[in-house]
Amino acid sequence: MKVWPIFKKEMRLYFTSPVAWVIMAVFLFIAGYFFYSIFNYYARVSMQSAMNPMGGGLNVTDGVLRPLFSNFSVILLLLMPLLTMRLFAEERRSGTIELLLTYPVRDGAVLLGKFLAAFALYALMIALTLLYPAIIRYFAPLEWGPILTGYVGLLLMGATFIAVGVFASSLTENQIVAALVSFLILLMFWVVGWSADFADPAVARILQDLSLTEHNDSFAKGVFDTKDIIFYVLFTLVALFLSLRSLEARRWRG
Amino acid sequence: MIEVQNLTKYYGPVTAIRDVSFNVAPGEIVGFLGPNGAGKSTTMRILSCFMPASGGSAKVAGYDVFRQSMDVRRRIGYLPESVPLYTDLRVAPYLEFVAETKGVSRADRKKRVAETMERCRISDVQNRLIGKLSKGYRQRVGLAQAIVSDPAVLILDEPTIGLDPRQITEIRELIKSLAGDHTVILSTHILPEVSMVCSSVVIINKGVVVAQGPIDTLVEKFFPTSRVEVEIGGPSPAAVREALRVIPGVVSVTDLPAADGIGRYVVESSRGRDVRREVFQLAAQQRWELRELRRMGMTLEEVFLHIVAGEQAEPDAVTAGEQRA
Repeated sequence: MKVWPIFKKEMRLYFTSPVAWVIMAVFLFIAGYFFYSIFNYYARVSMQSAMNPMGGGLNVTDGVLRPLFSNFSVILLLLMPLLTMRLFAEERRSGTIELLLTYPVRDGAVLLGKFLAAFALYALMIALTLLYPAIIRYFAPLEWGPILTGYVGLLLMGATFIAVGVFASSLTENQIVAALVSFLILLMFWVVGWSADFADPAVARILQDLSLTEHNDSFAKGVFDTKDIIFYVLFTLVALFLSLRSLEARRWRG
Repeated sequence: MIEVQNLTKYYGPVTAIRDVSFNVAPGEIVGFLGPNGAGKSTTMRILSCFMPASGGSAKVAGYDVFRQSMDVRRRIGYLPESVPLYTDLRVAPYLEFVAETKGVSRADRKKRVAETMERCRISDVQNRLIGKLSKGYRQRVGLAQAIVSDPAVLILDEPTIGLDPRQITEIRELIKSLAGDHTVILSTHILPEVSMVCSSVVIINKGVVVAQGPIDTLVEKFFPTSRVEVEIGGPSPAAVREALRVIPGVVSVTDLPAADGIGRYVVESSRGRDVRREVFQLAAQQRWELRELRRMGMTLEEVFLHIVAGEQAEPDAVTAGEQRA
């Protein structure tokens, strides 16, 4: 499997073009703003509770990081399609796929190389937000356990977002269409959790379990639930499998 | 080295190629000719394992392009017509990526890339973004990615399109220098190029192979006579025609549109027989005014036009010379 050269090429493409820089900058800007406002709000609330003799029981991890992580998932939902839209659509549009698919590399290796490149970029972007817990640590004691699980959760959720984006990109040669399709799929799997509130209890359970963001919540609480891990891993694998199929189908259609 | 048997490809209801068969011997450079839309690119895409055929079989270097695709891909270099390159990569890293995916070992990679850039004359732009290069440079980068792994077989789809005359000559020289060690199949519709570079040709029209074989054999096959164009004045066209007609070896004399009373004729003689000396002597003896005496080239171009543009294009494939395995 020649995944490595493909991975390196994709990373080079991300960083020689402005794509990676712009997406990381936008993400960090929005994430930074959310962190600032949540942290600010938490500081005010904790001040009030400190003056109240009946107060107490506030916790920085719960008060800042959990809402922050759930905000991340919304930003990522909007941004990740932009990170992945290029992967196959651009190769199709410019025709470079014709060369790539005549090199001695299996379709699966191409797919994996591209997926891993986007994932590595995503991991780097997420790693940069470790600055926020570091800042909190400066003011208050932190529990590192929930932070660790929270980040693992973000990585797992990001993998599914990327896999969906790769699949959407493999469907078309138009990057905008690719971005919109992956955005649509991600959005569907996000809002499906909301409709659970009005649905029949039996159905509600299923709807809730289908939601991409719902599963992230327990990670932010510091819980490793196999159910959630399996959900993300399976979701990623299914999306990658569909992408592989779509690549092969394109080849046959000519 | 390349064996194609009854290759057929449908795009939906459209037949792109039908029952295409030909062979290319090792070390040979074969020109693949045909008008636009004849099926050249389709055939090359199948040979390069980009897409499967609907029927028939193709073997490259002894491996089936469909069943042993990876073995074939390791042994070919392919340059598609559109020269697709990653515009956001720089030349040298791009070629290193190609070399690595094509399995050039880490130890040889830097050296191979440097040699290839030298050979294709792109060393001076190795740190530039491919997207910023001129068409001529891009074409050469495309060629470089095809030869960087030193493959046994090269499949080049219109390698000289869009280049200036000097670059075309350079690329031709480069391709010629590949013969011997490499088997090359190149498509083009610049016919003089084929005569200059290729040892034999395959002509395809409307998805069907209409002629194939060494160029000389093909020319002989389609034009069994030599022709000379004569512009000569005389007492009357009929007298001149008769005088030309009786020259030994002349098969026929045809009138061409004449200018200011001086007749123009095409004198056809049996192949290999040059009648220009006799025509000159005739004019000298008779004191007729001889304005032009030109041997008409029986070129591949005429064969091509005869087969492709001519209405008499035969439905059956014509094979000149023996087929080589």
